[in-house]
Amino acid sequence: MSDIAASPPAAGEGRKTSLLRETDRVRKRNAAERRFELYGMAAVGIGLLALAFLLLSILGNGLSSFRQTFVDVPVALDPVAIEEAEASVVKTSRYRDIIEGAFVSALEARGLLEGIDPEEAAGIISEEAPAQFRDYVRANPEAVGRPGEFTFLVNGRIDGFFKGRVTFESAELDGNVTPAQLRLAERLAGAGLIDTRFNWAFFTAPDASGQRPEAAGLGVAILGSAYMMLVVLFLALPIGVAASIYLEEFAPRNRFTDIIEVNISNLAAVPSIVFGILGLAIFINFAGLPQSAPIVGGLVLTLMTLPTIIIATRSALKAVPPSIRDAALGVGASKLQSVFHHVLPLAAPGILTGTILGLAQALGETAPLLLIGMVAFVGEYPDAPPEGLFDPATALPVQVYNWTQKADPAFVERASGAIIVLLAFLVVMNAIAILLRRRFERRW
Amino acid sequence: MNDMRITERAVDLSETKISARNVQVFYGDTHAIKDVSVDIADKTVTAFIGPSGCGKSTFLRCINRMNDTIDTARVTGDILIDGEDIYDRRVDPVQLRAKVGMVFQKPNPFPKSIYDNVAYGPRIHGLARNKVELDEIVERSLRRGAIWDEVKDRLDAPGTGLSGGQQQRLCIARAVATEPEILLMDEPCSALDPIATAQVEELIDELRRNYSVVIVTHSMQQAARVSQKTAFFHLGHLVEYGETGQIFTTPRDPRTESYITGRIG
Repeated sequence: MSDIAASPPAAGEGRKTSLLRETDRVRKRNAAERRFELYGMAAVGIGLLALAFLLLSILGNGLSSFRQTFVDVPVALDPVAIEEAEASVVKTSRYRDIIEGAFVSALEARGLLEGIDPEEAAGIISEEAPAQFRDYVRANPEAVGRPGEFTFLVNGRIDGFFKGRVTFESAELDGNVTPAQLRLAERLAGAGLIDTRFNWAFFTAPDASGQRPEAAGLGVAILGSAYMMLVVLFLALPIGVAASIYLEEFAPRNRFTDIIEVNISNLAAVPSIVFGILGLAIFINFAGLPQSAPIVGGLVLTLMTLPTIIIATRSALKAVPPSIRDAALGVGASKLQSVFHHVLPLAAPGILTGTILGLAQALGETAPLLLIGMVAFVGEYPDAPPEGLFDPATALPVQVYNWTQKADPAFVERASGAIIVLLAFLVVMNAIAILLRRRFERRW
Repeated sequence: MNDMRITERAVDLSETKISARNVQVFYGDTHAIKDVSVDIADKTVTAFIGPSGCGKSTFLRCINRMNDTIDTARVTGDILIDGEDIYDRRVDPVQLRAKVGMVFQKPNPFPKSIYDNVAYGPRIHGLARNKVELDEIVERSLRRGAIWDEVKDRLDAPGTGLSGGQQQRLCIARAVATEPEILLMDEPCSALDPIATAQVEELIDELRRNYSVVIVTHSMQQAARVSQKTAFFHLGHLVEYGETGQIFTTPRDPRTESYITGRIG
């Protein structure tokens, strides 16, 4: 502005300036421009750096959770032993005896058992293995009596040894694993009995107790999150779109609708934990819905997502040019017809984009879910909807929170893995939103 | 100016189609139309001329109650179509707008196929019992819009893909598809080039056979070319209304004379 205020030299005054030389003023201006460009680049650089650091640390910690170490054990399914085990009080402990016996004799046969006592050697098999084994036996009764080759999870520490998390030095100080076990594991790996492969169970298995991180999976959390997204989609989308259409197309502009408008914007800014308290008070304490249930989580997230969807839908409706409404009204369409035949289809991509972004936001929300009890340990899958909506479940972000609370570093790896899964879902949803916007973008 | 006319000035004594009495329009506190009374004849092209903001478009939009869509707009006085007050409580504006078609300043085809653009009105009003009838209506309307020959091979193409002049003629075809009795045109050529304008003007003259056409225009030459009657609006008042030839050659009001000679406006 100040440049303009400076009076130019009067014409014909005779002050000659060469175009080939920068004047002081121009030099300063150009320097300022270059400086600003640098600031901008620095700002973008910091952002990118932060993102790279985040991705690097999460991928570095978490990618290993997609792989898991397994040990192959030949087990003869002795009918007598199995019958005895089924008759005992703590059935899995008898099954454990069967597995351990088979494992130790397999090691003996291969001469791998030197320098370690049999019980210590058997300790490298996961606590989860007897349950796995029993499930198999019960599911396949015809296999009893025949010898079989089984693949069991190994103990989380042994798994950590193959992933570089556990070393001989750390094992010296660790009560849960001994260097002798690690040496045995090394020998087994050399013999091809232990190997690390892709871990499907991470995506399908339910959470596991603190003693067996190797068995913990995201199955229940993914299901719970999916159920909640279903609830949000089926409630927030119709309610949000109906509210927006009414406010944008039908409602008169007066003080009352102004207040509503301001409050919808305010609602979008309410901290999510407040919605959690609201959900606890209304849906659980007042309406008596079960705790930890996806239906309650979905309802709370619906309340949270509604303002996002309403704001997105309203701006999508606003973006439809008024000439389209005029055209429809001009040929004698009613208000409703003009909205549903012309305006809404044109606004649909924007509405969908807003909805998907709202869902993505809801998917990553943790705080309100903590308050409605979704932070509980859930070891069983919920049923199929709609009944399953009332069964206990967890959610992806809450599972991350849960696992980061555990002492065992194996759970930290799992938490990072869960973050990767969560981020993958979010990236996919955002990508769909962007694709939709690109695909259906219209110009008038 | 007379040699530019494309219409013969056969202003026979056709009967009155629209009759406005003491119409006042307010937008909030703004008094946009001040006590306008006018009789518009059937099977005639009536032009509304006047400087920007004089209220001619506002008055036009009163005739099919498009002003209803503006919250703050308030209309008093009577507008009769065939003797019926369109602001009567019993009148449904949707029914009225089927009878009074409208063409807007900017061509505004729906972002749908050419066929659907024209078929939309007949569909929502139930004018066709089956596909064959609908096809007939679409063809007849496109012919009346003088655009049939250009689009008959691509009825499935989007209406927004046509040129500006074609779009406007498509909008006219869309307006006539609902069988209106009156056609309102709000500066239909202001977004068109001279060639497209000439085509639309020719079309307007054709339309006079079947409809009472009311056209708002900024261009005095256009009013002179296409209309039989002209109304001059200024600052919300209807200053002068009469036969087009008379308005442009021997205006009675000094304001009209100033406007058509270019001293105001």
